[in-house]
Amino acid sequence: MKPFRYQAPGSVNAAVEAVEPMGIAGQGGAFLAGGTTLIDLMKLHVLTPPSLTDVKNLGLDTIEESDGEVRIGARVTMAQASEHPIFVERAPALSDALWKAASPQLRNVATLGGNVLQRTRCPYFRDNVSPCNKRDPGSGCAAIGGINRLLAVLGTSENCIATYAGDFANALILFDATVETRTDEGSREIAFEDLHVLPEDHPERETILGDDELITGYRFQLPDWARRSVYVKARDRESYAFALASAAVALDLDGDTIREARLGLGGVATVPWRAREAEEFLQGKTVSEDTALEAGRIAFEGAQGYEHNTFKIPLGRQVVAKAILDAARMDLSGAPNSSGTSEGAN
Amino acid sequence: MADDTMTFEATPTMDIETQDKVESAERAAENNNVGAAISRVDGPLKVTGQARYAADFAVPNPLYAHLVISTIGKGRITGIDDQAARQVKGVREIYSHANKLDEGSAKFFAAGGQAQQSWEPFAEPDVRFYGETIGLVVAETILGAREAAAELVFQYESEDPAAVIDASGVERQEMPDKAVTKGDFDSAFEAAPVKIDSDYETAPNVHNAMELFATTAHWVGDKLTVYVPSQWVKGFQIGLAEELGIDEANIEVVCPFVGGGFGGKGSLFTWVSLIAAASRDLGRPVKLYVTREQGFTTASFRAETRQSVRLAAAEDGTFQALEHTGDELTSRADNYFVNGQDATVRMYQADAIRTGLTTVHADRQTPGFMRAPAETPYFFGLESAVDEIARELSMDPVELRIKNDTMIDPVDGVPYTSRSLKECFRQGGESFGWSNYTPEIGSMNEGEWMIGWGVATATYPTQMSPCTVRIHLDVSGEARLQVASHDVGTGAYTVLTQAVADELGIPVEKVRVELGDSRLPPGTIAGGSISTASNVSAIMIACERIRQRLGLERGADNDLAAAFENFGQAGIEEYAEWNPSAAKKNATKTLYNGQVMIVGGPEEDYTAFAFGAIFSEVRINRFTHEIRVPRMTGAFAAGRIMNAKTAKSQYLGGMVWGIGHALHETAEVDPRTGAYMNDNISEYLVPVNADVPNMDAIIVPEVDDKVNPAGVKGIGEIGIVGVAASIANAVHHATGTRLRRIPIRLEDLVQA
Repeated sequence: MKPFRYQAPGSVNAAVEAVEPMGIAGQGGAFLAGGTTLIDLMKLHVLTPPSLTDVKNLGLDTIEESDGEVRIGARVTMAQASEHPIFVERAPALSDALWKAASPQLRNVATLGGNVLQRTRCPYFRDNVSPCNKRDPGSGCAAIGGINRLLAVLGTSENCIATYAGDFANALILFDATVETRTDEGSREIAFEDLHVLPEDHPERETILGDDELITGYRFQLPDWARRSVYVKARDRESYAFALASAAVALDLDGDTIREARLGLGGVATVPWRAREAEEFLQGKTVSEDTALEAGRIAFEGAQGYEHNTFKIPLGRQVVAKAILDAARMDLSGAPNSSGTSEGAN
Repeated sequence: MADDTMTFEATPTMDIETQDKVESAERAAENNNVGAAISRVDGPLKVTGQARYAADFAVPNPLYAHLVISTIGKGRITGIDDQAARQVKGVREIYSHANKLDEGSAKFFAAGGQAQQSWEPFAEPDVRFYGETIGLVVAETILGAREAAAELVFQYESEDPAAVIDASGVERQEMPDKAVTKGDFDSAFEAAPVKIDSDYETAPNVHNAMELFATTAHWVGDKLTVYVPSQWVKGFQIGLAEELGIDEANIEVVCPFVGGGFGGKGSLFTWVSLIAAASRDLGRPVKLYVTREQGFTTASFRAETRQSVRLAAAEDGTFQALEHTGDELTSRADNYFVNGQDATVRMYQADAIRTGLTTVHADRQTPGFMRAPAETPYFFGLESAVDEIARELSMDPVELRIKNDTMIDPVDGVPYTSRSLKECFRQGGESFGWSNYTPEIGSMNEGEWMIGWGVATATYPTQMSPCTVRIHLDVSGEARLQVASHDVGTGAYTVLTQAVADELGIPVEKVRVELGDSRLPPGTIAGGSISTASNVSAIMIACERIRQRLGLERGADNDLAAAFENFGQAGIEEYAEWNPSAAKKNATKTLYNGQVMIVGGPEEDYTAFAFGAIFSEVRINRFTHEIRVPRMTGAFAAGRIMNAKTAKSQYLGGMVWGIGHALHETAEVDPRTGAYMNDNISEYLVPVNADVPNMDAIIVPEVDDKVNPAGVKGIGEIGIVGVAASIANAVHHATGTRLRRIPIRLEDLVQA
């Protein structure tokens, strides 16, 4: 790790003034929250910020609800949110996505502000040696033609196929959340779906955030039908593994008929992915396995497989189907939460 | 959550206090410490952090070293820009081929030496594989050393490596002298009514022990002490003496505890002499931690194999012909191989047998031992093939194995010292519930879960090595055992304590065992499942002499005080050497020379193996295709069991690793560069707790008084053998898809 300056300002204002703009390829300073991505990449010398601005003294660590709107502070940890009754009972897709991610140790320190900005696990980005347009713009993409089993099939470009590796964002995207940010020039609000940008010709640019822009929180409405939501994550082992394909689904049902469906995908795309065409297809349909599989097929229309990851297209289709069927099967008549976490999070 | 979702329930465990009470009651009832399920004598040290592992030893005013590894797969270093690196605060020295440290190379272990490979990394500017050690930075702090290493720029002339087993550019070397033949395979196979001919693949595996590799070198005058994780302190001492060009008497290698070895700490690492030489050069102790990533390539590994099995049977299931051949990857320079076909063809009776071995030299590091080195990959091939022919024969896979069970080694025609395979299948099957097995594909499915059951035979040769021990007993009834053997986490401290207590008729609390120091009488390498049999056999000799000299009766309630009174001294010490009957007469000399001599398995007039049966259940979700193993039972017969508790842990540990071998573990090599692209434990997967919910190991009683005086067969490795095949066979039962390449991953089951 390269030596860096460290500061821990006491207010959001002070923090956004203190941070040194990051610029591309990690030349500037960075905000530090849980550090589970940042410190890791600094140890690998993939990121070498000269200064870290720790947000630990900024508060921003509560989950509140008022006037039907939920507000999550950016420093709320994954563990805290995964157990919060608002999510467990009224949006199980969110709590599922959180406890099915990482390990208890990581969830205890990783924050939701940082989590949505989690960097890719693409091994060619992390090795600090291979050509990688995300790490070293213009150098090429070694993942194409390489070991790319874990990489993306949706939203890729000829310059980058790195997967967005997180889980929470794939569920958050269902609820039309707003991201609240601050810079030293003031605050702004961003639709969550607009936060991440496709790699296209500039994979080094992952979000629309400015260099000195700090996520302070999220807010969104939780409709009653969000109780009928799930997060299905297919992975190589039962815990502590990245998604090979995951699907977040929320259904508004009228008997067996789908009034409205929301569908987010993970482990398969370069950014948190909302499958709007599949949502439209589902509207008004009767729940069945065939319908669910067709929605999955539509969700992966246009997907492009590479040497070792073409399986993600049929896998993703079936994961979507399972998520739709699981959501439809949820019994919401009794206890407020029937999704639960009985499988154990560890 | 849907009803048919699989749930894992934790098994309630007894609290420790109750457990200990039960155990001491059991001990009292048996009036015999050997075999008792006592808790580990070193357990309290480990759980309170007092057990000192190699990197835990403090040395005065150390410098810290960091390895630099190559980032090309083949070529040569043409220049080094170390300007920026030398500017980093606290950097003391940077070593490479350009300013070679004064050290040589010990002989490769597979050629009778001790070293992990046959060449010394700084001897030449050549880069032989991706991730090879090419530089060493020494600084005042760990962080300084790492930062400087990152600033160091190596310039290369790069060539395309042939880094994987099927790359063009590898060199194939046939090994006809390793082949076994019996009868006329071709005719027998041709004439047989039922046959299968299948190819199998196993992946490269990396040990990834919890304890990272590390080395500390501390010179006082011309005396060197080295703290290094080691499964062979004596070999390390002798090899280091050769590499450093100093008298072995001036070197002490210390490693009282090992945080997981698995074979990965069995041969002398290339960096140990570099650290010792750097310390000598700089005049201060030097400490090295090898990072997790670097551990993937700077130590040994289990190489990938390609196997072919041809198996033929009569209509009634009697095996008539078996051929098992294998290709194994190795490095360009070293011809390492495991040749597990030599064991697979001894499992079942057959009149015609043939094996073949080819090593494939590629641009990779030299492979080495990993838990059941030969059997783990090759029993995946054999036991998958037996399942395939059971399907062809429409026979129950357990019944077919029992039908072809034999008490005579089919290759050499000599008897097994003991072989309880049938009993393992009987007890294992009963516990697992095999009578409920329905053979039709998919017949046991439930809801969205595809469920399958699979079985396999496990085995491991019973091997031994010469061993020496020193035992001291005093008038207060306290005994001390000293031997340069090892506890790699398996319970050696505990079972050797039990052996001494039992032989001398004293309580286990009165026995102290010292291991893991090269100054002690030379013991066994922690490999080949030889430790318990060999050490206990030597302990028995030393204790018998002590009993004779003191006039004690074995097993009797002796009056020690009176015995010492008669003896006329307050203490007594015996040094003893034990040579297995199959070894040469003066074989203990090899221990002092730092050579490994392992005998056993197939010998001239007998064959000795431990046997077991593995039963696995797999569940595969029909949407996510995730493959899980909710249930597994292993039943093992391995002669005398010294401690039922540590033995069971060994078996279970092996079985857990078997799940990883079957479903998770693979080092993913980019064929373009030779780089291991998943060189971390986030992406190099092993089972986590949630993957091993319900496992049981059954100890099948077996008495074998022929194998060695201790009656002990090794148990360290058998637990993993056959597990991968049992899982692959279960996957076939669940889905109808026969998968002949491990790890089996969900994409193997996803239909487009």
